[in-house]
Amino acid sequence: MKRRDFVGLTGLATGALWLPSFPGFSGTLVDPARLLEPGLDVAVKKRLADAALNTAKAAGATYADVRIGRYLNQSVFTREKQVQNIASGESFGAGVRVLANGTWGFASTNTVTEAGLAKAAQLAVQIAKANSKVQKEPVKLAPQKGQGVVSWKTPIKVNAFEVPVKDKVELLLAANAAALDNGASFVNSALFQVNEQKYFASTDGSYIDQDVHRIWPNFSVTAIDRASGKFRSRDALSAPMGMGYEYLQPKAEDKIAGPTGTGLIGYRNSFDMLADAALAAQQAKQKLTAKSVTAGKYDLVLDPNHLGLTIHESVGHPTELDRVLGYEANYAGTSFATLDWKAKGQPYGSKLVNIVADKLQANSLGAVGYDDEGVPTKEWNIIKDGKLVDYQKIRDQAHIVNQNESDGCCYADSWSSVQFQRMPNISLKPGTAKLSVDDMIKGVDKGIYIAGRGSFSIDQQRYNSQFGGQVFYAIEKGKIAGMLEDVAYQTNTLEFWGSCAAICDASDYRLFGSFFDGKGQPPQVSAVSHGSATTRFNAVNVINTARKI
Amino acid sequence: MAILSKDEAQAILKKVLGFSKADECQASLNGRTTGNVRYARNSVSTAGATDNVSLAVEARFGKRAGIATANEFDDATLRRCVQRAEEIARLAPEDPEYMPLLGPQQYLTPTAYAASTAAITPDFRAQAAGDSIALCTAKNLTAAGYLEDGTYFQALRNNKGLEAYQQSTNVDFSITVRTPDGTGSGYATADYTDAAKFSAKNLTQIAADKAAGSRNAKALEPGKYTVILEPAALASDEGLLNNLMYSLGAREADEGRSFLSKKGGGNRKGEKLFDERVSIYSDPLNAEVPSGVFDGEGLPVKRMAWIEKGKVSNLYTSRYWAQKTGQQPTAFPGNWIMEGGTQSVQDLIKSTAKGILVTRLWYIRDVDPQTLLYTGLTRDGTFYIENGQIKFPVKNFRFNESPVIMLNNLEAIGRPVRIGGNLVPPLKIRDFTFTSLSDAV
Repeated sequence: MKRRDFVGLTGLATGALWLPSFPGFSGTLVDPARLLEPGLDVAVKKRLADAALNTAKAAGATYADVRIGRYLNQSVFTREKQVQNIASGESFGAGVRVLANGTWGFASTNTVTEAGLAKAAQLAVQIAKANSKVQKEPVKLAPQKGQGVVSWKTPIKVNAFEVPVKDKVELLLAANAAALDNGASFVNSALFQVNEQKYFASTDGSYIDQDVHRIWPNFSVTAIDRASGKFRSRDALSAPMGMGYEYLQPKAEDKIAGPTGTGLIGYRNSFDMLADAALAAQQAKQKLTAKSVTAGKYDLVLDPNHLGLTIHESVGHPTELDRVLGYEANYAGTSFATLDWKAKGQPYGSKLVNIVADKLQANSLGAVGYDDEGVPTKEWNIIKDGKLVDYQKIRDQAHIVNQNESDGCCYADSWSSVQFQRMPNISLKPGTAKLSVDDMIKGVDKGIYIAGRGSFSIDQQRYNSQFGGQVFYAIEKGKIAGMLEDVAYQTNTLEFWGSCAAICDASDYRLFGSFFDGKGQPPQVSAVSHGSATTRFNAVNVINTARKI
Repeated sequence: MAILSKDEAQAILKKVLGFSKADECQASLNGRTTGNVRYARNSVSTAGATDNVSLAVEARFGKRAGIATANEFDDATLRRCVQRAEEIARLAPEDPEYMPLLGPQQYLTPTAYAASTAAITPDFRAQAAGDSIALCTAKNLTAAGYLEDGTYFQALRNNKGLEAYQQSTNVDFSITVRTPDGTGSGYATADYTDAAKFSAKNLTQIAADKAAGSRNAKALEPGKYTVILEPAALASDEGLLNNLMYSLGAREADEGRSFLSKKGGGNRKGEKLFDERVSIYSDPLNAEVPSGVFDGEGLPVKRMAWIEKGKVSNLYTSRYWAQKTGQQPTAFPGNWIMEGGTQSVQDLIKSTAKGILVTRLWYIRDVDPQTLLYTGLTRDGTFYIENGQIKFPVKNFRFNESPVIMLNNLEAIGRPVRIGGNLVPPLKIRDFTFTSLSDAV
């Protein structure tokens, strides 16, 4: 069995020298204080980068870029009244990518010296030249003006690594206590924090220094009825964010009331972990006796903390140009939204559906100043008035769709990984007319309100999907009518977006996120946000998932 | 440098332990040399190689533990790594689930290393990709594949007298072949300890045949069908049988949050939950799927039955949970082996009046942990069988099914083959639940 299976089996309770191994959470384990020590001075990084770029050019590269990266992370795991694991990691090295004979070559090294980088550059050129013998499609790069010497930093208010580990442990244990006090049988909680200190330089004349921060608090509360043997859980309604520790300092203005009759609170730019843990325990208990859904067609009202995942799977992935072109055929799959399909101009969704891609949104996981091939980030339309208008592209893909510009969504999860096209933030624009969640529900005769991220599965071309959630409420004649269980909806991407009937206004808009989105072989992770407001979809097929064994 | 010999590794670990002032100290070295090649659209897209050795040191003062790691091995670095582990340990909270380190253990002699695999070169990988692409190009098909191979070692030592070392090798290959018009897709996957058994051509041929044969699939109504699930459908992509095996934890069962929890408390160990032909065990010395002979804590891995003749015979039990519940701890196994018969997939098809052959199941996610209900989809080669023959390709289905129900609806078990380091037979299952159709090819 593989390591990741072991983590799954033990529910994060690791033993002895088996370290928690989450994708992207690698590196040397260090003292937390090390995470606050400065990295290399930017002048030193420029000198090192020039050594790589000059060596690559001298060896025959027509283009080269170098990424010197210091990747810091910290994770804290607790269950009930105890700490399970605290790990602080640091990974430092450099990756050199070159174009030679029209072919990519890549090599990385953790010997971050001029000689070490020069050696990696030479190796990258050698690999490019060797692979060019079997290359059938010479690489064509969209032009990119050099950016000169620039920098960008996630506008955090509190660096999470400056907060003592003790405070984080106390917060998680307090959340656990809130859950236990409200009737939870068990609770696991975790906090993930990431800081990418990335320096990028290219032969185009860019020297880009970036300091990127991300954070994700999460928990899962379980309620058990020993007599019946039934157990149900409810996960946190937090989102991973491109923020500092300020996300864990709750503010009243970030709390968005859910539908009347549910007691739910949605969170925008700060998360009240204690309040949500207490509510989660109450809801997990309610789930034990909630009515089992009757299968059939329902109008669905989907909370942003649920809908984000559906957007991710049914719009984010099928509009990645590398999938469309077949580069992921053996693993993640291809896409129904081929160039031919797009050319036919068929609707992707109803006219209400406007979906934008961006790497700019404040507090989002995708926000950076420049991507991992030195392209300034931007916002662009993917679906406009229900029609697919564009894809997600990087420099070597733009020409394939007759464009002359990258979208700035190239990313590598480590200095040792080669950068490739990754999903930017993909978000559903809120409605332009004033509409609250309660007003939306007033118009629903027979429906289900769903909040939270649950089970999810979609085919390799992104047609057929099935989604669960964390909590489900029946809607009858315009009102919330009690909790439901055993709910999942099965749908086809085009039918689903075609059934989009109403979208709440911007006052309900907030971000959902995926912290460990996987793609590629060998696999790499990336983090991406999806914004939306509560949205209504008519006549969606709901199944009952209860079984007897 | 990445693959240290037993003597080299133990010499470093001995030195590490010598630097420690902690009550208990355990150190491990993990090393790997791996290489890969990836291709798509009949052209190589990326190729890579990695070399890494990493030292982890765990220091303990009473019930407080700290771990630090390093990937350089000069005396100063080793000493700093030990000091860091000790500093972290002093600051750590007491671990209420503390278990003392293990003392000396007796291990089986590992057999999971093959020199042929350790000797793989970039040329070998390029040749495999080239063979696969050439076969597809000649048939006007499109290949996308991935080959990864590696040599690994683990060494463990502590100040209670435990000493362990093992090496292993692995080759993992998967190939998806598609028709240029996107109406057909086929898949094959295999993995080996010994690279001499690997043929990219043979596997590509299987995927190519499935791709060509799956063009113009017909739509069948979703519902309950007799299915023949090929081994790759059961155990690759987090398959249904893997998921069943990961769900055999004693603690989760005792805590009341597992399909193995008993009403009123306790677990269902000893109960017959599956068809009596279902037997699954682990064996690190199996010739087809050799695995490690010790786990991360240093517990010896031995032959261990999990399900015997349909009865749950053992649950994974950590040392802490074993002590708390008065059970024996189980080492974490490196493989699982489902006993089977002698029939090939072809034989199973011949004996089927009406049914569906499934090559691969994909995007499998849990729906309800209470019943182990999973959902996912068929992919890359789904065919209708009638009167013992494949009649035509069918459109892909979404399923919602529990491996517990599936292993009670067992019609036949075929000859096991290696998938993902496990031995998995093809299974013929009645009343397998398909809940909707997918247009995906």
